[in-house]
Amino acid sequence: MENHDHISNQFDNDLESIRNHVLSMGGLVETNVKNAITSLLERDQALAEEVAKADFKVNQMEVEIDEECTQIIARRQPAAGDLRLVLTAIKVITDLERIGDEAEKIGRYAQTLASKKAKTGMHLELQTLGEKVSSMLNKTLDAFARMDASQAMEVVGLDIRIDEEFDRISRLLVSHMMEEPKNIKSMLRVSWCARSLERIGDHAQNICEYVIYSVHGEDVRHADIDKVKKEYLSKQE
Amino acid sequence: MEISDNMDLDQEISKTVGSPLLESKVRIACRDVNVFYNKNVQAIFNVNLDIGKNQILAMIGPSGCGKSTLLRCFNRMNDTIEDCVVDGLIELDGENIHSKKIDPVVLRANVGMVFQKPNPFPKSIYDNVAYGPRLHGLTQNNSELDDIVEESLTKAGLWKETKDRLNKPGTGLSGGQQQRLCIARAIAVKPEVILMDEPTSALDPIATATIEELMSELKSAYTIVIVTHSMQQAARISDRTAYFHLGRLVEVDETGHIFTNPNHSLTENYITGRFG
Repeated sequence: MENHDHISNQFDNDLESIRNHVLSMGGLVETNVKNAITSLLERDQALAEEVAKADFKVNQMEVEIDEECTQIIARRQPAAGDLRLVLTAIKVITDLERIGDEAEKIGRYAQTLASKKAKTGMHLELQTLGEKVSSMLNKTLDAFARMDASQAMEVVGLDIRIDEEFDRISRLLVSHMMEEPKNIKSMLRVSWCARSLERIGDHAQNICEYVIYSVHGEDVRHADIDKVKKEYLSKQE
Repeated sequence: MEISDNMDLDQEISKTVGSPLLESKVRIACRDVNVFYNKNVQAIFNVNLDIGKNQILAMIGPSGCGKSTLLRCFNRMNDTIEDCVVDGLIELDGENIHSKKIDPVVLRANVGMVFQKPNPFPKSIYDNVAYGPRLHGLTQNNSELDDIVEESLTKAGLWKETKDRLNKPGTGLSGGQQQRLCIARAIAVKPEVILMDEPTSALDPIATATIEELMSELKSAYTIVIVTHSMQQAARISDRTAYFHLGRLVEVDETGHIFTNPNHSLTENYITGRFG
């Protein structure tokens, strides 16, 4: 049996509004992350500056959505799937806001790296990591938009690839720092950017876990995702 | 509801879902309970339900779903309704309540009931509470009766408010106090189970909160079954919740589970306020 609309249309509208606002915030954060990576790779100082300044809008949206969720809990006392959706929204926006902070940090480091004309080309090593992170974030927001738990489970698995790439870059940076100590400052900034990208992957993973909770009502945080996937596949059979 | 081949519904609720109770904890057990009004109107369909000791079970569902009818089965109040037939097995502590050995009057003392509207007898506060123990011969003398009245009113959280006016009419109390007096009256005959049929629907939020607090305290000594239309109330006070739909028990489970992740979509639709 399918879920029907609420008897109260206003309740439907309120929930839909929260979902839409979270999606808008997700879109904004995704753009900021993409711009941050582009500004870093292309040494685009103007774009980097723009990214660093754009985070205030993300923060503002977090506060507004938080208030919407507070109101719906106070007025409607949502239960079951509705309750899980509201809780998911509250948690998702926290992670989105932190992703926004990481994008802002990358923007700031990118400004310095561009302005000092750092003599290292190490920032180009972040291209693969940036692509992986952008793709994971895009798939994450897509899973949220469609409330697709299967896709969310797939995306959770992508974080391992990001961690592997981050480890590769870290090793590379350490050896280059030893070889070229005069560039340590710049390479540290590249390392911090890599760290921020890796953190964005972790936040995207969290969002996927909330999507799974919202759909199935099961908390899969800190669980073995392969085991969770197998359990759901066997349930479907 | 007419008896009809409601195949769609029977398919949808082919089996009650949820988690079973451990057998050692069961106070009341229902097996394949069907209830008919007249010969052609069926109100309850094949209900299998276990109610735990020292637990509060909330029965929820839309109007006409049979929850009050089932509640009245537990102390054979339906016997008093002409043409009402209860079929199936209902056990209290492992004993069939329809067995010839069971005296319905004794059963109703053992399984007390509190109704939607407070209904104190037109007697003094003292006599309201003392009526049951006198009727069932639970006391040898007045001093023992005094003790029972004090103990019952204390358990119902009403002693401090009424100890100086025990001879005043029970009907002179406020709505919330009257309902607590009815609870004291039920407790006075030392029941095992207290049935409550929307006990706070006629009360204001403060009196409601007092009764809910009282219920939480009473469950250490009694099993409580409450029928309520307030889902927030069911969520606040019950240990387990049973959802009924058109005479069928759709789902029974831990209350926390029912209100966060129910198993059946009918339960989900009801508790989230969607069209069924």
